[in-house]
Amino acid sequence: MAGSPPAASSSREARGPAAPGALLTAPDVARVVDRMAHQLIEKAANGLADLVLVGIPTRGAPLARRLAARVTAFSGTPIDVGTVDITLYRDDLRLRGVRALEDTVLPAGGIDGRLVVLVDDVLFSGRSVRAALDALRDLGRPRAVQLAVLVDRGHRELPIRADYVGKNVPTSRGQSVRVRLAETDGVDEVRVTEPEEPAAGTTGEAR
Amino acid sequence: MKRHLLEAGDLDRVDATLVLDTAAQIEAALTGREVKKLPTLRGRTVVNLFYEDSTRTRISFELAAKRLSADVINFSAKGSSVSKGESLKDTALTLEAMGSDAIVIRHGASGAPHQLASWVRGSVVNAGDGTHEHPTQALLDAYTIRRRLGRLEGVRVAIVGDVLHSRVARSNVVLLHTLGAEVTLIAPPTLLPVGIGSWPAEVSYDLDAVLPKVDVVMMLRVQAERMTASFFPSAREYSRRYGLDARRMAVLGDEAIVMHPGPMNRGMEIAADVADSVRSTIVEQVGNGVSVRMAVLYLLLGGAPS
Amino acid sequence: MSSYLIKGARVLGGDPADLLLRDGRIAAIGESLSATGAEVLDATGLIALPGLVDLHTHLREPGREDAETVETGSRAAALGGFTAVHAMANTDPVADTAGVVEQVWRLGQEAGLVDVVPVGAVTVGLRGERLAELGAMADSAARVRVFSDDGICVSDPALMRRALEYVKAFDGVVAQHAEEPRLTVGAQMHEGDRSAKLGLTGWPAAAEEAIIARDVLLAQHVGARLHVCHVSTAGSVEILRWAKARGVDVTAEVTPHHLLLTDACAEGYDPVFKVNPPLRTDGDVTALRHGLADGTIDAVATDHAPHAVEDKECEWAQARPGMLGLEQALAIVQDTMVETGLLDWAGVADRMSVRPAAIARLAGHGRPLAPGEPANLVLLDPAARSVVDPAALASRSRNSPYAGRELPGRVVATFLRGVPTVLDGKAQR
Repeated sequence: MAGSPPAASSSREARGPAAPGALLTAPDVARVVDRMAHQLIEKAANGLADLVLVGIPTRGAPLARRLAARVTAFSGTPIDVGTVDITLYRDDLRLRGVRALEDTVLPAGGIDGRLVVLVDDVLFSGRSVRAALDALRDLGRPRAVQLAVLVDRGHRELPIRADYVGKNVPTSRGQSVRVRLAETDGVDEVRVTEPEEPAAGTTGEAR
Repeated sequence: MKRHLLEAGDLDRVDATLVLDTAAQIEAALTGREVKKLPTLRGRTVVNLFYEDSTRTRISFELAAKRLSADVINFSAKGSSVSKGESLKDTALTLEAMGSDAIVIRHGASGAPHQLASWVRGSVVNAGDGTHEHPTQALLDAYTIRRRLGRLEGVRVAIVGDVLHSRVARSNVVLLHTLGAEVTLIAPPTLLPVGIGSWPAEVSYDLDAVLPKVDVVMMLRVQAERMTASFFPSAREYSRRYGLDARRMAVLGDEAIVMHPGPMNRGMEIAADVADSVRSTIVEQVGNGVSVRMAVLYLLLGGAPS
Repeated sequence: MSSYLIKGARVLGGDPADLLLRDGRIAAIGESLSATGAEVLDATGLIALPGLVDLHTHLREPGREDAETVETGSRAAALGGFTAVHAMANTDPVADTAGVVEQVWRLGQEAGLVDVVPVGAVTVGLRGERLAELGAMADSAARVRVFSDDGICVSDPALMRRALEYVKAFDGVVAQHAEEPRLTVGAQMHEGDRSAKLGLTGWPAAAEEAIIARDVLLAQHVGARLHVCHVSTAGSVEILRWAKARGVDVTAEVTPHHLLLTDACAEGYDPVFKVNPPLRTDGDVTALRHGLADGTIDAVATDHAPHAVEDKECEWAQARPGMLGLEQALAIVQDTMVETGLLDWAGVADRMSVRPAAIARLAGHGRPLAPGEPANLVLLDPAARSVVDPAALASRSRNSPYAGRELPGRVVATFLRGVPTVLDGKAQR
């Protein structure tokens, strides 16, 4: 499978393979990413040259890279990729405590005048996206900003919507949506967990 | 991270590395940007409570707090109620009642930040207390070394000068040891404290013997008034035995760097041509100070302990 | 005057006996005593010691009545089991004239809780320049016999020699605060590993030992008595042992806090632990305990030093040195000397009553508990334990280094010439 991540799942056995009951399994994730890549190519009618995929760490960053790789595979156009760490822009530091910062990396030419597509794993309250928009504002002036997410689980607290959605997942507020990716967690899967279920390692919790 | 940063010993290796990494990330995030400001500490109030004049350190902390969008209040001992005899405790409680989230304190008395921390709920950052410690200076020094040399583990550092009265030396010995560097302290015996044997550092009286073996030479400020108290016979003799001049700099290894926490006594502990050489990180240290202090403020104030 | 019959007290920790106190004296000691009209006190399990004598107390009056007064200090002393205290001369004005020492003496009489014996300053204004009128103080109503510039060392060797010589005329003694001032400029704590780490200017042991060594030689040379205040180092104990072996007429005291606490207490920079001479090391504490046990150190003296809140709730370097001691002294000695097996209760009586009274030439105190002797005594319950609460102290100040510490022993009653100053652990006036 061309879209499969290179991580050797055998060496990451400790973290566990995708158990039955996952909302999305590894093949599902690959399919969803492929579909989103096609949508991006269709919508970017003005040409892919000024497109930049900017991932929101932690799991938005590898997603952006995968998406870019698929867009390139389907269109033949190389795509710029970046990451923007939003930790210092969050409005919930007081509640959640400090965390280690991650990289902010932009293409050499910057983002001025370009089409920036923010990439994240889960869209929930919208606060991460707001923080990312604030961070982008300090980094340059894109022509337009769009949003791509692997999972949209609803419960927005801000007037934000995604332009590209891998999968809409109706959830209750108390549930958690856990995204695991090979690059960060050793395996691709998405699952919905109930509040009482213990967290399975450090997985991408919907923010 | 603990709630306060009172001395270098408050940081274990993980925390100290976190501060340095965070500083590097912040520096990278702000490099080349038009808007050198982050919204992280919006609505937080940082008080710079300075009982000693130190424009350099105060400005560095002020800039760090402002770049994180905190509100900054500078409270200097001169021209304030402090000079009318208000006690440190009353001042601290007043500042807290006004809603300060963190107090950055510079004080001539060793231990004043520790006492302050016992009286207030907010975070306390030691910006230099008496002859005790100056932990953010040590952090920025470690940061500078790591940037220049790419590592701290096994780096050989010579700290030269008035160790006895130096809070910079105390903090650096502790922090550099925590981070895996090897420290040698060099001074006339009169300027080394009794009890130095318990420090995690080597001691030498001979600068020329040590210089060829080190990666970093950190020169400490030596105040001329020490001469009147017979810590050494004359500025000339001090400079001759313990000053860093071009001749001595020439025996350093190719990659070795020269540091100074400032302010310098050019011609006393460091020759002008050394201070201005390519080996010198003195100006760089100042810039790194802002990034490191941003990291400290972010990590102490960013949120509840996780 | 009412009489008291104390039933079943263990005199100096020995077998239980009854003591009859009448007309200010011990009328009888024996088994199953009875006396009509005497108030009976059940002292089962309690130990009777002669009333304690403190050679070193700061009562702060005149001058700093906000920190302590003769009355509040007397009450603290009585609660600690003392029947006599020596009030140090560093008041404002300094106790360097007959007028000031008589005033302090009279205030003590009025308070009526302990005998307050003024210490006279050695030099005018404690300035170390010329001798105060030592003879006039000796001849005053206060009958001063102990002279000290405590807090400040009589560092001028010629002046010290003259003082040692001069007080021989009235059997006085100079109590030296041994601190070579040139070695302790700006000193904040014991000089060693911890001062190096804490960045507090060190107070070297040698600054004390050098003065003691000098003074014992001077005392021997002029054939005078010397008393050394608050000895704090192992080296000082060694020098004193050497001097006594040579026949020098030297005596020395140690404070309760130097028997218990070390320079580790400075680590939180809480100025309640700032004291002069400073708290030393474990090795010093051990040497002091053994020096007290073998008699090299003659006496325990509190150096009770009350300070107002503002003088202690401040930066370490700005804080005044000194700590409270009167109310916990006996408990610390029980803790460090008795319960460690270094001293029995007779030894405690010797170091806290008999010898200090002898050093100060104090008649009527430090006497044996025997018929005909003045009824100055303390009853303590060695089995009691309690946690020190500074707010509950009788002293006007709160700077106790023992706050929150559990200590053994409780002073149940104190009698001054047959009159109870403390009963059931409560001051009687």
